[in-house]
Order: sequence, then C-alpha cells, then structure tokens
Amino acid sequence: MSDYYHIVVCGGIAPDPLQTLEPVAGPALKNELMLPAVLDPWAAHALFEAAHLARSAPGSRVWLVSLSPKAKLQQVMMTIAQKAPFELVVVDGPSSGFTDSFDVAAAIAGAIENIAGLDRSRLLVFGGWESAARGAGTTMQMVGERLGIMDQFQGVDELKAEADGSLAILERIEGGRHQVSRCAGPPALLGWATGSLPEPPNQPQIGMANMRTIMPSLQRAKPAALPGDGIVFRKVALPRQQRDTRVVKDLPADAVAKEIVEWIRG
Amino acid sequence: MPESAMTTATETLRTLPGDDARQIMWRFSDRFDLQMLVQSARRVARGPVAKMVADGVRNSHDWTSRKAEMLREFDESGITSVFMDPEHGGYIEGPKNLALALAAFELAWVDGGAATCSLATGLALAPIHERGTDEQKQRYMTLSVPGPGSSPWRGAFCLTEPLPYVGVETGLLGGKVSIAEWNEGEEPVLEVSKRGRFITNMGFANYVTAAVDSGDERIKGSCIVILEETDPGIFDRGTPARKLVHQLSSTNDPAFRLRIPASRIIGGYAVKDGQIVPNYSHGEIIEAVFRRTRVTVGLMTTAKLLSAVEPLIRYHRDRFRGGDQVAPGSPRWELGLQQREDVLHRLIDVWATGEAAASLGFAAARLFDQLDPLEREKDRALAALGLRGTAAFKTLRNRQKEALELIDLRTQPPGRRNAARLAQLEADTVVGFLVLDALANVLCPAAKLWNTGHGANVMREAVSLMGGYGITEDCPGFLGHKWMDAQLEATYEGPEAVQRRQLSVTMTNEVFLAQFRHWIGEMRQIAARRPGTGACALASAMQLWLWTLDHLQTARDASGVRLFQGARQGVTFALADALCWILASRHQILDVIELEEKGPANPVVAEGLDGLLAFFTDLCHVQVARAAGEVGRICAELVFGYNRHPAWDDESYRGCYHEDELLAIESLIPGMSGFATDHEVIKADGSHPRKAGPCARFAGYEDFNRLRNRLDSCLTGAMLAKDRAARALTKVMIPAALDYPA
Repeated sequence: MSDYYHIVVCGGIAPDPLQTLEPVAGPALKNELMLPAVLDPWAAHALFEAAHLARSAPGSRVWLVSLSPKAKLQQVMMTIAQKAPFELVVVDGPSSGFTDSFDVAAAIAGAIENIAGLDRSRLLVFGGWESAARGAGTTMQMVGERLGIMDQFQGVDELKAEADGSLAILERIEGGRHQVSRCAGPPALLGWATGSLPEPPNQPQIGMANMRTIMPSLQRAKPAALPGDGIVFRKVALPRQQRDTRVVKDLPADAVAKEIVEWIRG
Repeated sequence: MPESAMTTATETLRTLPGDDARQIMWRFSDRFDLQMLVQSARRVARGPVAKMVADGVRNSHDWTSRKAEMLREFDESGITSVFMDPEHGGYIEGPKNLALALAAFELAWVDGGAATCSLATGLALAPIHERGTDEQKQRYMTLSVPGPGSSPWRGAFCLTEPLPYVGVETGLLGGKVSIAEWNEGEEPVLEVSKRGRFITNMGFANYVTAAVDSGDERIKGSCIVILEETDPGIFDRGTPARKLVHQLSSTNDPAFRLRIPASRIIGGYAVKDGQIVPNYSHGEIIEAVFRRTRVTVGLMTTAKLLSAVEPLIRYHRDRFRGGDQVAPGSPRWELGLQQREDVLHRLIDVWATGEAAASLGFAAARLFDQLDPLEREKDRALAALGLRGTAAFKTLRNRQKEALELIDLRTQPPGRRNAARLAQLEADTVVGFLVLDALANVLCPAAKLWNTGHGANVMREAVSLMGGYGITEDCPGFLGHKWMDAQLEATYEGPEAVQRRQLSVTMTNEVFLAQFRHWIGEMRQIAARRPGTGACALASAMQLWLWTLDHLQTARDASGVRLFQGARQGVTFALADALCWILASRHQILDVIELEEKGPANPVVAEGLDGLLAFFTDLCHVQVARAAGEVGRICAELVFGYNRHPAWDDESYRGCYHEDELLAIESLIPGMSGFATDHEVIKADGSHPRKAGPCARFAGYEDFNRLRNRLDSCLTGAMLAKDRAARALTKVMIPAALDYPA
C-alpha cells in the first residue's frame, strides 16, 4: 500500500500583524501593497504541518497554492521558502478580504486541478481554518467541494498517520474541547487551527532549492478570474475595539491575567 | 511648521521604505540568495538576539551558555555558512562581500555584538580564503560549515597584542615563530609564541589564525599561522576583556605557546638556502583581508542609525498620549513632539546620514564583489609572467596610463571615441583591475571612517532625541547600547586615524582622481534632470575639493613648509574627511536615481513610489547641504589657515592701494578705481581701516572664492527640502509596535 502523500497547502498572504490597517475606498486597506506581508498565519501552520508529514512519509510532495499579488508574494517567499521544501503554484490576484470566497475557492480549486503529476488519490488539501485576511470561514470547504473531497475537517490541531493508512485527526469543537476523528485515508481536506509545531528556523539552503521552482512559478502566474458578481461593499470600517499595543517585561502571569479580566469588564 | 515650508509636493512618504525598495537601491533585487539571507538574519536578530539584549544578557563580560545559543541560531539560519563557497558547503556562489555586509547590517540593526560575533569567524577564515593553500582552504572552510547535528569549527583572528604594540602598528609584532624541529626530509615543526589582546571569538574558537614575526634566522619575515586548540602546548583563551560594548561577542586576551607543522603557514612556504620563506607576509595577507571586512563594519553603524528612525517617530508621536490634559484626536495627541520643528529636523538629519552611509557602504561592498574575481585574474596574469612583490607593483604602476586611457574613453560620447581601443582595454584584466582597485582603495576606508566615525556622532543625536529614555536599557531599539557600540566600530579593524592615513594616500591616485573628475559632470547632468537632489551643490563641492587638493599639493605654509605631505595630518586627514562627505552624498543620490529608474517595474514599489522618491530626494538635498557645508569649511580652513595673518606692516602694504594711486587710475579711466574695493586702501596720511590687518590674499584667491561662493549659492532650496521631509515624518504610517522586544 502506498504511504506517500501529495499535500496541497492553500495559503494567501496578509499584512504583517504589527502594521496599522485602515480601510480606504476601493475597498482596500491603506497602503496595503506597500506594507510588509507574511504568509497567512493559519496557512503557515498548515504548511509546517504538511512539511512535517511529508518528511515522515517518503515519496511525499508538498505544493503551496497561493492566490496573492505575485510581486508581494515573491517577498514573502524569501522567508517562507526557507522553512520547508515545497513547490509553489501562484494565482495572481488580490489577497485582501475584499474578495468573494466563492470566487477565491473556484480559482484555488482550478489551480490545484492543473497541478501536473498530482495524485488525487493521495491528495491531502491543507489550509487555514481561519484566515487573517479573508476569514469567510467558507473558502476551504468550497475548495474541497469543487475537488470532490468529502472528508473535511476544520479547526485541526493534530494529524496522525496510522499504520493502517488511516488518519487520526484532532479537531477543535465548542467549549474549548477537541474531537478525535478518523478517516480511511486520502483524499481529505484539513482546515488547520494552530497545529502543534513551532515555526521552523530559516534555512537558506532549503530556500535556494525551493527557488528553482518558485521563481519560474511566479513568472508564469496568470491573473485570477475573480468576477465578484453581485458583491457590493456598502460600508467598510475598522472594528470598534482597536489594538492597543503595550510592551511589558517581567510581568507575572497572574498580573497579566488580572489585567485582561479588568479590561474585559471594562 | 512655518508658512514658508508649506509648498508641498502632492505625494509624500506613505510608509517606511520596505524591502522591495531597498533591494533596488542596494542592487540585489535579482539576488534571491541575498534576499533570503536578509530575511534569515533578520529573524535571528529580531528574535533570539533581541530577546537576549532585552533580558540583559549583555551585562556580562563572560562568554555564557545563553550567549552561545546565538551561535546555534547562526548555524541553523545559514549565517555561519555565508562565508563559504558551495564547494565547501556554503550556498552563495561567487564573491560574498555584499552578502556579509547585508547579514551584518541586519544583525547590527538590533545588536552590534551579535554582528561582530558572526563576522569574526569569517575574519578568521579570511586569511585562509584570500591567501591559503588549496589544502588549507579545503580543511578549514569545510570544517566551518554546520552539519546536521554537529557544530562547525569556529575561528578567531589574532593580530593585536598587549601593550606596547596594541593598536599602534599592524606591522609591529611581538608574536614569534621559530623552528622547533627540522629533520632531514621531514616537514619542519614550528614553535609559535603569541599573546593576543581584544581577540574576538576567543572564548570558544577551535582554531586561531595568528600573525607572527620570525624569531629564528631560519625563517624569513613574518607570516600568519593557523593554531588549533588541540595542538601540543599552551592554548590559553585568556581572560575576557572588560569591554563596555558589544558584550554579545566574546573578546579575550589569549596566550599561545604551541608546536605546529610548517604546513600551517597560511599560503605555504618555500625553502631557500636553508631558510623557510613564507609565500605571504602577514602584512600582505592583512591588507587583502581588512580592505574587505572594514566595509562591513561601517555598515554596522549605519544599521543603527536607520534602526533608530521608527522607534523615534513612535516615541515622538506617542509622547503625550495617556495624559489627562491631552484629548484623543487633538494635535498634541496625534503628533506629540512632532509638533516641534526641531525634533523633526534633527531626526531628518539622522535619517539622511543613515541613508548616505548605507549607500556608501553597500556601494563599496558591491565594488569588492566586482573586484574579487578581477583581482584573482590579475594575480594569475602576473604570476604567469613570473611577477611578484615589487616587480608586480612596478608593472601595475606602469600600466596606470592605460587605466587612465580607459577612463577617458568611457567618458567620451560613443560616436567620437575609438571603439576598438575601448574594447581592447575593457578586455584587459589588469587595466580593469587598476580602475576598480583605485576606487576600492578610497571607498573602503571612506566607508569605515565616515560611517562609523560620523555615524557614532549622529547616533548620539538619535539617543538625545529619545530624551532620558534614550540612555536606559528599556529604550525601544536599544539606542543607548547602539551609541556605545558605534564607538567600538569606529575603532576596531583600524581606527579612524588609520583610515584617514590610507585615504590621504589613495585619494591622490590619478586613476581615482580621473574618475572623480568625471563624477562632477555626472552630478551636473543629474542636477539638470533632478535638481531637487542637490546634485548641483554636490558637483560644486567636488570642484572645490578638487581645487583645494591641487592647490595644497603645491602650496606652502607661512614658514615655507609644504602643506600636503604625510606628516602634515592637519591637512591630509581633513581633506580625507571632506572627501568622505562627498562620496556618501554621491552614492545616496545614485541610489535614489536607481530607485526612480527601476521602481516603476515592481508593482509593490510602484505603489507609493512618487512619495518615496520625493522624500528620498529631499533627504539627498539635506545631506548634500550638510556635506557642502563641511567641504566648504574644511577647504577654507586649509586654504586660508596656513597663511600668516596679515598685519599693517610693510609686507602687507605691498598688497594695498594708496589713495593717490586710485585717484590717478580714476583720472585715466573713470570708474576704474572700483575694482579695488576688495583691496584695502591706504589713505594719504598713512591711515588704514580699523581692523587687524589687510584682507588675506594668496595666489588663486579669486578662483577659490568663486568656487566657494558658487557652492554657497547652490544651497538654495536645501532648507525647504528639510521642511518637506520633516513634514513627511508627521504623516508616515508606522507599525503599531517595534518588531523586536525592548
């Protein structure tokens, strides 16, 4: 029985969390393209988990499919490409939340279907359960539907490949609890929460190897078809509660908890 | 902001300059290996290194286990193997000057000691890389590459020695090498005795490249040898230096008394008439090493300046937030101290200096990347002719004419120059080397001298802009630490006096000056297209500097002593300082022009490019004005300052007009006496103006004044540029918090 996987990770990019975001007419975020960007944090967890799984299953391959502005994605790749071996598939388009998840799912599913050499019988589609940029909560499900993948799991924190080829999956459920699910094996779709792996250190050697495929992929990226029919943004505003960043040092956990409770109580 | 400053460009700086813009300006937008290295080094710097600084790990002279974690981070992130070629396990092809500079820049953005620690292994390897035998390269380069689950070998470079020699002359060495055993038909065994001082990485080094002099008549001259920690004898790491700066790097005063095989002489040796003759003296090797690594040190101070911008803007803006008296949304809430022009102007000075220094430093690093392969080809070409040492030097000197011809041909319009001759000279390795080498010999000491020396002064300004917060350990961006660290960077690998001395020689090389003359025209052309850069003022400053250099090379002081000579450092060093200002501004302007030309092709840079260019252009103008001021002051001091002050005596009277002389002239040609207004007039009764003496004059006085006046008038608009740039600081978006802990 084959025990390799073909893992496709879906991940867009998002502005660096430290940046000041402000909606402007468009709709868009002020200076979004100019701000530093990162791989969407949930998708990044999914990528690290994919690389980890691929390492443990010889013969596996990992692709990262990204619907993002390719020039900005190129910068993000200078970091992400050093984290794990993968091949990049680029769909050139906006990465912000002002896109219809239906269109986004169609574009991503189309890109996956076009991956040469992809073994759909061993396919695991990974992505973020949530997204820092387009957290519609529906994109990954629709990607799976379009690819005909019925076994879908959301809020995944752990995936174990069992000896019999089945997959044991730890999913988050209500009340801060987890649910253990099992499926017979690929194909499956997993929307990752945070997983359990730390961010791998940057390794330029891995990055240099990845770049052999990443740069051609960026160069041949085609613009995404995102018709956005019927989508009208009547009003865009910042959340009422804005971030108030404060740097503190040497504060005991009790004091931090107390302060948070006081803040919640207002 | 005063009304006069309100003439605005429509676009202004929207966000702090991103990586995309920097890659274009510093010319590595097509180098993905370098872009990844930058990200890798940045993660280490702003992650574990920043955490160490915030945790107070610097507060110890000893090499601790916590500090040692940094080495593992360097290994894992690829920083350790930057120096190595792919054949030895590295991952960057070709010369690595720019790569090392970028890595050090990123590390020094947070902590200079971390950068020094990373560079020191490269410094230990550099003698082997530059002059080592193939066997030596293979062994030590390969051992220095981190492997899976294994630590690489780490090196230390040991040149400086305890007093009295430390820091005085690199040519004076107390360390000795002698022959311990030399059996017939076997390789000699050497005994090395060396004490070091301020040796970086010594707390953990596995091997040391040490400069020693012959202590045995059977060994000729000096050399550099490789010492390993397991060699028989004493390998004493010594006590940690009690330094106040760069505490994340290990610095000790070691002592060695070891026996090593003669094959450890870097570059090998020959045996002539029973005497061991090293193929390279320690001086030859050091020259090859330091001329590259010094540029990187210059950029470390530069990183500090640019790293100060964001925390300062945030501090100024947030200064009054939280107080009962300041309502959210009020100007005081929004702008804080940025309501004050002084704060904005001073920060613009810091930023402009950082930009100019970065441009100069990275230009120098790139130049060495160009020069490295040429130098090797040149060495091969000369070796093929059997030329070494003095003979090679003479050959190079004789070919300077061809280098000058090449420079001349390059600057002629394509239709009017001899294309065949140009192609012939362009293809000549030695000629090409001479042109670049003349430039490198100026840019390297200039980057080290100006970036660190002036940079340290400006870093003090950055600290002062943070108020009392600036000198605390809690200061965002660790500005206080960085200010102190900058002082070490101005000192190690050759203090300022060493750089000035080198510049005072290399800046008079005709091959450099020929290129410099061409740059004046280049700046005038840029000024015609982009007057806002201040390129016109810079061209005028260059002319004044060149005129002054020419003048001083023949001028004599009031006692008849030649002014431009090695011992007269009041002249040569000052003129070297002035040149550094010019070079930094020139490269700053060229980088902005590069951004203007290449930026539109990159969609990320293109958005907001107009505003970024407008701001950077204003920074250029601000910096040029400052440079022009320095050049004007220095040149005026040197040109006038060595002349005897005139007095109302017979000698000075000879330069004055007498009232009756002027009357006679006026009667012959009416109005003609007006030309004497610049001269003192002695009245018929012998009286003269009430002052110390007649106005000073010398041969060339009118020419100098014309150039100086022109320079002053070229400053037109510079303060308006500063106002515009200052206003941009009040509008630029910055992140919500610094991306590393404090």
